[in-house]
Amino acid sequence: MAKNDLLGASLWDAYSNKVTTLMNNPNHQGEITEEEAAAHSNRLIVADFGAESCGDAVRLYWEVDPKTDIIVNSKFKSFGCGTAIASSDIMTELCVGKTVKEAVKITNIDVEFALRDSPEIPAVPPQKMHCSVMAYDVIKKAAGLYMGVDSESFEEEIIVCECARVSLKTLQEVIKLNDLTTIEQITDYTKAGGFCKSCIRPGGHEKREYYLVDILRDTRREMDEEKMKAAADAGAKGSFESMTLVQQIKAIDAQIDESVRQFLIMDGGDMEVIDVKPSDDYIDVYIRYLGACNGCASSATGTLYAIESTLKEKLSKKIRVLPI
Amino acid sequence: MKVYLDNNATTMVDPLVVEVMQPFFSEIYGNPNSLHKFGTASHPALSKAIDQMYKALNASDNDDIVFTSCATESNNWVLKSIFADHIVSGDKNHIITTEVEHPSVLAACRALEKEGAKVTYLPVNSEGVVESHVVRSFITDKTALVSVMWASNETGMINPIKEIGEICKEKGVLFHSDAVQAIGKIPVDLQDVHVDFVSMSAHKFHGPKGVGALYIRNSQPLSPLLHGGEHMGGRRSGTLNVPYIVAMGKAIELATTNIEEKMASIRAKRDRLEDSLLELSDTFVVGNRKNRTPNTILISIRGVEGEGMLWDLNNGQIGASTGSACASEDLQANTVMLAIGADSELAHTGIRLSLSRFTTDSEIDYAIAHFKKAVARLRAISSSFAKVGPTPGGESKACELHH
Repeated sequence: MAKNDLLGASLWDAYSNKVTTLMNNPNHQGEITEEEAAAHSNRLIVADFGAESCGDAVRLYWEVDPKTDIIVNSKFKSFGCGTAIASSDIMTELCVGKTVKEAVKITNIDVEFALRDSPEIPAVPPQKMHCSVMAYDVIKKAAGLYMGVDSESFEEEIIVCECARVSLKTLQEVIKLNDLTTIEQITDYTKAGGFCKSCIRPGGHEKREYYLVDILRDTRREMDEEKMKAAADAGAKGSFESMTLVQQIKAIDAQIDESVRQFLIMDGGDMEVIDVKPSDDYIDVYIRYLGACNGCASSATGTLYAIESTLKEKLSKKIRVLPI
Repeated sequence: MKVYLDNNATTMVDPLVVEVMQPFFSEIYGNPNSLHKFGTASHPALSKAIDQMYKALNASDNDDIVFTSCATESNNWVLKSIFADHIVSGDKNHIITTEVEHPSVLAACRALEKEGAKVTYLPVNSEGVVESHVVRSFITDKTALVSVMWASNETGMINPIKEIGEICKEKGVLFHSDAVQAIGKIPVDLQDVHVDFVSMSAHKFHGPKGVGALYIRNSQPLSPLLHGGEHMGGRRSGTLNVPYIVAMGKAIELATTNIEEKMASIRAKRDRLEDSLLELSDTFVVGNRKNRTPNTILISIRGVEGEGMLWDLNNGQIGASTGSACASEDLQANTVMLAIGADSELAHTGIRLSLSRFTTDSEIDYAIAHFKKAVARLRAISSSFAKVGPTPGGESKACELHH
């Protein structure tokens, strides 16, 4: 929030001139009939995506030359807002002249890019990016029908954010690599969740298989587990400085049990570890003397030196023992 | 021709209202709380505005009508102060409202839920109306407040405020109504109907934006929302917005004088518009006309998405409104549309047309012609009206997941 957000942008002002023009006069709106396609000895493919009850629906028509697999003509019908109509229109334009296999490579990002007036300025406001996703979905469906395969087979990755086309794998990597903790950070790094927002959490514009909140939680959990495992491994290998605090305390206790405590007990005393505080230069180990040690003259000199040098030798040179 | 059919969003300020405001900017500008003549010079006009408000609503002299900045403030004031007075500092814990209230009620209720209040959001029937027996069934001895809008901004449907008022009176529960869409559109008689608190806003009845009011029955206690000086009898602090209060008084007077005649005139135009639009196939209007504010139509046009329709109307210089999810910032389907529970199609194809007393017959003629043209164009593009069906296997499952 700042000055520019006070008034809130007008949705329609953010549309490119191309979007506006195509909404008012779509070039490829219409249908292709079986007879027309047959007259050119071509194959007609008609695919639907979406439904009126979901807010947007598109029907894509392809006339494909069976000898070359080239889409020679394409039309669309659309139930949707201005950007849905403009996206569908540019989609058909992008399809014509391509082979079916080439057409499958057209993504919603290509559709949106083709609607821009200049390469740097988005054609639609963020929440409308979603309209172009339908174009991508319906192309895959048409291609699946033509090739006789499941349209799912064209997708190599699991796409979590359709608008920005960000995959599950990318999200997990970016979270781990940059130690991200919030959805806002994820959107800043990947653009995922920055458009129609459906993928952020359940309850948005449409249902999703994966939500950013779950991916973030699960990835963070995985990171924590990895960290703990790394620390445990470090502990097993004796790398004191990479241990977690609990492990460090356990390791110190173990060393004291092994090499120190018996001598204190022989003199009628004992000690306990109160806390461990690592800093850049030292790892401070706070201890408290018990029984006869408490107040014993050597507890601040000889005994202390013995404890510290044992821990230094066995665990880390950075250890400093401080009785309290 | 430009045709404004979005009067449920806001209205044109009546030029007669602008006229009465004028002296209170640079001529009579004193603070009405001051002792000198500069201040007291505004008192006659303020008194007149107060009289106009009481008369228009048939409020008793024992009641308070406190001017506020808007109905959002009035709604927040009632909800937050009832919460403070009866839930935090009392033995109640419950507020009843409806699913179709204005965001200033719904969002305030959600905020109070976070602070510990229990809130029941009542459903509406297929006409968008809250049924009084439903209200009765949810009242408990812990209920502090019932808040039900007088008429709906989206559908224009009028709730049974008199019946709900009787139930609340019988049960001893406070009753608030957001009457923003009722006052100036239909008769509101606050001695005939038992309501404890009523919110209103001037800009919905040809007054200016930035001034509203809260009616408080029998001057009963309600902690202030704004603390400060002793303005409005200590109920609402802030220097009186003199020109706007004067304007609100004039606007409510103009809107409610001979209201039956005004309603009949608007209703005739509305009905003509509605009848003409219903000549289009596959259309329907929400709610029966008898129980609807006389200026409002919420029409669903199959195969035509709301934002697209609004776009075409706008190209024809017609201002209307849609509850379509596509037209909203967050793409969330309209809560009112969903609450009505009709087909979710309505949530995407609903267009709201709302008239005013300034809407002319020639504007209606123009709107009818242009509306039909827009529907014809968009249905020609619409997949819902396509003739060539999908290749076997290419059919769409409803609302499928994107992959």
